[in-house]
Amino acid sequence: MTDPENYGEWTEVHALSGAYAVDALDDLERARFEDHLSRCAECRAEVDSLREAAAVLSVDDVEPPAALRASVLAGIEEIRPLPPLTHQTVPVTTLRRRRPVWRSLPLQVAAALVLVALATTAVLRPWHDDAPAPLTADQVLQAADVQSVGQQLPDGSAATVYVSRSKGAAVVRTHDMALAPAGKTYELWLQTPEGDMEPAGLMPDDPDATVLLHGDASDSTAVGITVEPDGGSDQPTTEPVLLFDLTT
Amino acid sequence: MDRGVPAEAGAPLAGVPAGGDPDPATLLQQSARGDRAAFAALYDGTASRVHGLVLRVVRDPAQAEEVTQEAFLEIWRTASRFDPARGGALSWMMTIAHRKAVDRVRSAEASSRRDTTYQQQNQTIDHDATADAAQASLEARRVRAAVAQLTDVQREAIQLAYFGGYTHTEVAALLDLPVGTAKTRIRDGLIRLRDTIGVGR
Repeated sequence: MTDPENYGEWTEVHALSGAYAVDALDDLERARFEDHLSRCAECRAEVDSLREAAAVLSVDDVEPPAALRASVLAGIEEIRPLPPLTHQTVPVTTLRRRRPVWRSLPLQVAAALVLVALATTAVLRPWHDDAPAPLTADQVLQAADVQSVGQQLPDGSAATVYVSRSKGAAVVRTHDMALAPAGKTYELWLQTPEGDMEPAGLMPDDPDATVLLHGDASDSTAVGITVEPDGGSDQPTTEPVLLFDLTT
Repeated sequence: MDRGVPAEAGAPLAGVPAGGDPDPATLLQQSARGDRAAFAALYDGTASRVHGLVLRVVRDPAQAEEVTQEAFLEIWRTASRFDPARGGALSWMMTIAHRKAVDRVRSAEASSRRDTTYQQQNQTIDHDATADAAQASLEARRVRAAVAQLTDVQREAIQLAYFGGYTHTEVAALLDLPVGTAKTRIRDGLIRLRDTIGVGR
């Protein structure tokens, strides 16, 4: 794909290597960056080297209490060390089948979250062949029945919601959107036909973002964006800064 | 695999006792095979360094002990995943401990901690505790010299992120930087540190 936005997105993600190396990403950014790391050898090498640098910074030696040693040594008695990662034991066919899935995933937060979910599933069902490929924002944007509702703000920023009823999914794309205030985050909501707002994920700290909403949007009547405390809320605690009516 | 720039394999980091004991990388590899004595030796050689970091991030001594214990149990469990081609053993362990410490401070008590320690953090920003704590050892002097090479913003951003456990977005707010700038300063600063100290190249 020759999406001109991809290059900017790549450099944006790439620039998170330092913050990632010192654990200074929030959960969403971390998931997104780890998705990127799985495909970017350059970033993996950089993160490794920056972690070395950070570790050197800590020169305070503090002897833990002696009892801690006993607890640790007792604790390991109950823990089996993980086996080494032996790439040879992964069937080649599985690798080949998996690779395009990783490659084709856009670097969107939502996709990264789906990956996290898949990874969790994979622990339970390793290399399960029937696992459906995760729905991506691109698939929604390119769906035959995609509809869009746009909103322009006075400050020149814009946001558009794309919904595909057949895919049962919605995507929000922002342009020049002011970032949420410190300690706050933009949270996405899907309104049910009953009028309830269901949490649909958080926006990344990025003025230009494309995010696949969590949840089934096949009969949602609206998409809302509210400002919530970091980490999001279960229910909207503020009036939506943006509300997109999907019923028209 | 396809790493571009392998780190100096097993380069010992500051503060690892240079006694007759095997180096941490060897002890880790033995631990991966279930060697408890090797793990005990690894603990003895590194616990104070690991705990020093955890305590600095977590602050509360009781919680710091829990986190240090969790970190060492995780180190035992995942020892086989340590890859000497990717970096030193101690920094691998410090990475695990740091992640656990940060997860701890960001969990349940995160909001109250931020409220109560913002002032404290702010007051210590200019106060280079890293350099203070560094004793007269050659290694500590190298670290202090390298830290001194950073710009004020790089140093403050790295300290708030690494020792404060703040996200880059929070660091930007604490330092009145435009959002998106702090992550760049953290990265620039770490690259400069890396190149000055000469690790992980």
